[in-house]
Amino acid sequence: MEHCAACGTPEQAAALKAVIEQSRSTPGCLMHILQEAQGIYGFLPIGVQKTIAEGLGISLSEVYGVVTFYSQFSLKPKGKHRISMCLGTACYVKGADKVLEAIEKEVGIKCGECTEDGLFSIDSCRCVGACGLAPVMMVGEEVYGRLTPEKVKTILEEYKKEEA
Amino acid sequence: MANMVNLKINNIPVSVPEGSTILEAARLAHIEIPTLCYLKDVSCVGSCRMCLVEATGARGLVAACVYPVSEGMEVKTNTEKCRKSRKMTLELMLSKHKKECLACERAGNCELQRLSTEYGCDPNYFEGETLDTPLDLSAPYVVRDRDKCINCNRCVAACKKQAVGAIGPIGRGYAVHVGSAFEMSLMESVCVGCGQCIVACPVGALKERTTVDEVWAALADPNKKVAFFTAPSVRATLGEAFDLPVGTNVEGKMVAAIRRLAPDYVFNMDVTADLTIMEEASELLNRIQTGKPMPMFTSCCPAWVKFVEQKHPEMIPHLSTCKSPQEMFGGLLKTYWCEKNGVDPKDLFVVSVIPCTAKKYECHRPEMNGEVDAAITTRELARMLKTAGIKLAELPEEEFDNPFATCSGGGTIFGATGGVMEAALRVAAKMLDGKFEVVDFPEVRGTSPIKEATYNVAGNTVRVAVASGLANAETIIKQLESGEKQYDFIEIMACPGGCVNGGGQPTLPDSIRNTADLKSLRAQALYTSDKDNKFRRSSDSPVMDLVYNEYFGAPNSHKAHEVLHTSYREDKRI
Repeated sequence: MEHCAACGTPEQAAALKAVIEQSRSTPGCLMHILQEAQGIYGFLPIGVQKTIAEGLGISLSEVYGVVTFYSQFSLKPKGKHRISMCLGTACYVKGADKVLEAIEKEVGIKCGECTEDGLFSIDSCRCVGACGLAPVMMVGEEVYGRLTPEKVKTILEEYKKEEA
Repeated sequence: MANMVNLKINNIPVSVPEGSTILEAARLAHIEIPTLCYLKDVSCVGSCRMCLVEATGARGLVAACVYPVSEGMEVKTNTEKCRKSRKMTLELMLSKHKKECLACERAGNCELQRLSTEYGCDPNYFEGETLDTPLDLSAPYVVRDRDKCINCNRCVAACKKQAVGAIGPIGRGYAVHVGSAFEMSLMESVCVGCGQCIVACPVGALKERTTVDEVWAALADPNKKVAFFTAPSVRATLGEAFDLPVGTNVEGKMVAAIRRLAPDYVFNMDVTADLTIMEEASELLNRIQTGKPMPMFTSCCPAWVKFVEQKHPEMIPHLSTCKSPQEMFGGLLKTYWCEKNGVDPKDLFVVSVIPCTAKKYECHRPEMNGEVDAAITTRELARMLKTAGIKLAELPEEEFDNPFATCSGGGTIFGATGGVMEAALRVAAKMLDGKFEVVDFPEVRGTSPIKEATYNVAGNTVRVAVASGLANAETIIKQLESGEKQYDFIEIMACPGGCVNGGGQPTLPDSIRNTADLKSLRAQALYTSDKDNKFRRSSDSPVMDLVYNEYFGAPNSHKAHEVLHTSYREDKRI
C-alpha cells in the first residue's frame, strides 16, 4: 500500500493505513473503513478508494458501488464548515426550502457545492432527529433549530467573522 | 446422504435434498419458473423478482431461486397472483428499456423479449424516463448499451467470478446502473476483455464490437485476397447458432459454409495451435535447461495475458513468449505464405474466426503489427452466414484449403481447458525421450477449476497445473507466491472451461444454460475429433515438417522468434 500524492498528507495516508490494518479481518468492514476514511480526508477521492480496495483485496468497482449507494459518502471535497440543511418532512413543512435558499444566497453557492476558498459547503439531509426544533440545520457537528431566513444570515455571519 | 425434504409444487410431489431452493425442486418436477437475474454457476441473488411464487409458510410471494424448501411445503408457481406480479415486473423493466428490438442482435434470443411475449406484456404500459446514455465504444472488443440494461447484474457477477471486478452497480434507486468505478470507460478500467459478461447478459446490453462490415468490404474488394481461418473450438459451437444440439462438431459444414461467402481461402487455425505447441514445448525445455524463470505459463489466451500485465506484472517473465495461435497464423500468412505465393501482404486480408472477444483486442496490440485484419466471433460468423442465407445444417462436409488444412489432435483440443497442456506434454515428452509413445494425459482433462499432475520423463520430473477461469488463475498465483505450490508448467485459460465457453460463443437460452453442462458437451466434440485423428502429436503433423523445413528451420530459431514470438509490458491497474 503506497502513499499516493493525490490522497492528501503523509499523516492522512498513515491514518488510513492504520484503519485498514485494524479492520481488514472483520467481515463487512468496508462501510466502517469508508466512514473513517471520510473522517480523515473529508471526502473519498479515487486514490483513497484505490488504497482501500487494494488493502481489502476487493475491486475498485465494489468500493465505488458502496460509496455511490450511500448519500453520506462524498466524492467531492467538503468545506471546513459543512452546512447540512434538513429537508425531512417536519422541517420541510416548516419552510426548510426557504431557509435553504437563504443559505445558498448567503454563502454564494448551490446545495451540493463547496466554495472556492474551501470554507463552506452545503448539502441537504433527511432528518437529524430534532424535529421538535424544525426547521433544522447542522454546521459541522453544531445543530441550529427554529430557523428562519433571517436567523440563518446571522449565524453564518458569525462563521464568516471567525474566518476573517 | 443428505436428508430429503418432501414438498408439492403445483400439486406434484417432489423429494429433494435439504437446502435445495424452490427453483431447483421445480426443475426436478419438470416445472419451469421464469428467471432473469439467475444464471447457473454465476449469479443467484433473487433481485429481479421474476421467479416469485406462492409457498405455504411464507407471507408474500417469495423468490424461488433463493428460497429454501421445507418439509410439507406446498408451492404454487402459476397462480394469477404470480402471473400478475411477473407481468408488472416485466412492464416496469420495459418502461425504461431501449426497445429497438427489430434491429437488436439479441432479437429472437433475448430473455426479456421471450418473457414479455410469453406474459403478453404491453411494452408501453408504463412510460419510464429513458436514459439516452451514449454507447461505451472505448474498447475494440465489447460495446455496452446501458439503455438496454435491466440491472440483473449477471455481468457483474460474471466479472467478479473472474476475479477482475471491472464493473459493478453504481448509485441507487432509479439512477442505479452498471458501470466501472468513477464512470471509467471499459478500456480505462481493469477489464481484460474475456467477454464472460456478454454471454452472461440476458438482453442486448453487452455485445462484441463487430467488425463484420470490414470483412464484407474485403470480400467485395477485387484487389484483396481474403483468407479465413477458424479457431479449434468454433467447430464445436457454431452449430448451436443453427439449432443443432450442443456438442455437435460441424467442422466440414463450417468450412463449406465459409467457402460460400466466397473468400479466397479457408484455413484451419489448429495448424498454428500445433505450431504454438512446437514453439512452447521447446521454450519450456530450453527454460528448464538454461535456468530461465520458472514456472512457465502459457500465453495463448489474450485475456489472461492482459490480466497478468494489469494485475500481476511480476509474473510477466514467467509468460511464454509464444504468440497465440491466432497471431502465429497472421504472422505465418503475411510472411511465409505471402513470400511463397508472391502476394504482397498488403493485398491479403486475414480474418480469424474466434470464440473470444479478447482476441479482437489482441490483434490491435502494437506488437502484432496488424497481422490479423479482422477477428470475428463465432456469433459474428453465424450472423454473416445467416445474412448470406446459408443453411449450415444442409451443407455437405468440405475440407480446409492446403497447405494449412491438416492438423494434429493436439491442435484441436486447444479449445478446451487442459488441451494446451496435453498437446504440449505429448510433444515435450517425445522431445525428452524419443521412445515415449503415450499421447493420452487424462489427468489434465475435464472441467475442474484447477487440475494438477506430475510426470516423469527420461529422468525429468515435470509438475504441471491447469486452471480455467481467472479466479482460479489468481489462486495459483497466490499459491506460487506463498511457496505453497511448486510447478514447472501451467496452462491458464481465462474463460471457465476454456475457449469452448469463450466470450464470443453463441448465447443459448437460459432454459438450456441453466440445465446443460455446456463446457463438457462442447469439449467432448474436440476430444472425439482428437481421438479420430491419425496424428495425435503436433510434431507428427506433416504441416509442421513443411513450415519448419521451408521457413523456420527449427523451433525457437531466430526466424521463429521474429514471426512467432512476442513481448509483454506492465500496465498496472487497480
